[in-house]
Amino acid sequence: MSAPRETTVGAIDRDAPPGEPLDLEAAYRDSHVGEVIESLERELIGLAPVKRRIRDIAALLLIDKLRQAHGLSAGAPALHMSFTGNPGTGKTTVAMRMAEILHRLGYVRKGHLVAVTRDDLVGQYIGHTAPKTREVLKRAMGGVLFIDEAYYLYRPENERDYGQEAIEILLQVMENQREDLVVIFAGYKQRMDTFFHSNPGLSSRVAHHIDFPDYSAEELIAIAQLMLEQMHYRLSPDALAALGEYIERRRTQPHFANARSIRNALDRARLRQASRLFERRGVPLDRAALETIEAGDIRASRVFATEGAA
Amino acid sequence: MRLTQGTFSYLPELSDAQIAKQIEYSLANGWAVSIEYTDDPHPRNTYWEMYGMPLFDLRDAAGILAEVNACRRTFPRHYIKVNAFDASRGRESMRLSFIVNRPPHEPGFALTRTEGPGRTLRYTTRAYSSDRPEGERY
Repeated sequence: MSAPRETTVGAIDRDAPPGEPLDLEAAYRDSHVGEVIESLERELIGLAPVKRRIRDIAALLLIDKLRQAHGLSAGAPALHMSFTGNPGTGKTTVAMRMAEILHRLGYVRKGHLVAVTRDDLVGQYIGHTAPKTREVLKRAMGGVLFIDEAYYLYRPENERDYGQEAIEILLQVMENQREDLVVIFAGYKQRMDTFFHSNPGLSSRVAHHIDFPDYSAEELIAIAQLMLEQMHYRLSPDALAALGEYIERRRTQPHFANARSIRNALDRARLRQASRLFERRGVPLDRAALETIEAGDIRASRVFATEGAA
Repeated sequence: MRLTQGTFSYLPELSDAQIAKQIEYSLANGWAVSIEYTDDPHPRNTYWEMYGMPLFDLRDAAGILAEVNACRRTFPRHYIKVNAFDASRGRESMRLSFIVNRPPHEPGFALTRTEGPGRTLRYTTRAYSSDRPEGERY
C-alpha cells in the first residue's frame, strides 16, 4: 500500500555488516539537518524549550536511521505532535521548519506543510465531512498536516457535531498511514489540554507535546529588529526606546498576540513613516531618511493614547 | 483474452509500488491524475465513469494510491484505469493512462460479419460480456 521510500540520508550503507561503526557525523552532515536547525537558532528568537525539543527529535530520528542500518528496527517512530501556546508564539513557523527537518531525514517524502482549520475538515451536512477530511488528508500526504486551533474540531455541547467524524477519520489515517503523513495539532494551551482530555484516543497517538512560551520584552525587541532588518528598515535610537515602551504597554492590553502584534505594530509604523515623509514633500530624501523609523512613528500609536484611560 | 489498452498494456500487472512510481512521475510533471472504471471493455468505449473527484493539488502518490485501492474495493470485477491529464496550453490531453484492475475472467470479443450488397462484408467486434446489462457483466 505504501510507496517505496527513498531516504535522503545517503551516507548510510544499508549492507554494512553489523558491528562496523557507522559515521554519525557523516550521516548528520549528509542529511543537511544541521542547516535547518542552525537557521532555526538564527531566525527564531527565544523559544529555548522548543528548540531543545526539536533538536532532541532530530537526534532521535537520525539515530533511528543509523539503527535501521544496523538492523535494529524499532518500528516507524510516532511523529504526530501538538504545539500549544498563545497566539503569535511561532507555532506555524516552527511547524514549517519541522516539515523541513522531517523531509531531510526522510520521514516525510515531500516536506510540504498543509495548514488547515476546522472549516477545511468539517462539513456542513451529513455525509459532507468524510470526503472533505479525506480530501485534505490526500493533499497533505507526503508532508505535514498542520491543524490550527484543533480544539474547535470537538464541540462537547453538541453531540451531533460533525467534528467528531473528522477526528475519527484523522485517527484512522494517523494510525494506519503513519509513514505517509505527520499531523501537528496547534492551539491555546488550556483549550488543547481539554481537547486532548476529552479525546483520549487522539492524545495517546500524539507523541510529542511541545509548549511554546510567551516572549519576554527583550525577545520581542530582538524579534522586531530582525523583522525590520528583513524589510530593510532600521530604528533610530529614540525609536528603539519608544518601541520598548510600546511593548511594555501593549503586553498588558487584551488581545496581545506576541510576535504577530509586533509585526502589525511595525506595519503601522511603516505607514506613519511613509505619510510623514510624504507630508514634507519638497525636501530631498536621502537613503537614511527612507529606511529610518523615528520615535514619532511609534509614539503615534493608540497604545500611547490610552494613557490614564486604561 | 487479456484486454490491452493504454500504456504498459503488454507488461504484466503493475504492483502498487510500480503504480505509485508512475503516479509520482505524473505529479512531478504537473499532470492531474484521475481514476476511471467501466465494465464495457469495447475499445471504442472512451467514456469510462470517473471514480470520486478528479485528484487535483496533490503532492504525493500515497493519497491517489489510497483512492485506487478504494475503487478496487468498490468495483473488484471492473476495469479500472489511472489517467494523467496534461492541462498545459497546446497539449490539453491525456498524457498517460494505464489499467490497474481487471476482471478475473475476460471472455473477449466476437467478430460479427455482415454481408452487404455485391458480396461486401462489414465487420464489427462485440464484447461477449456486454450481452448482460451493466453491473452484471463480470
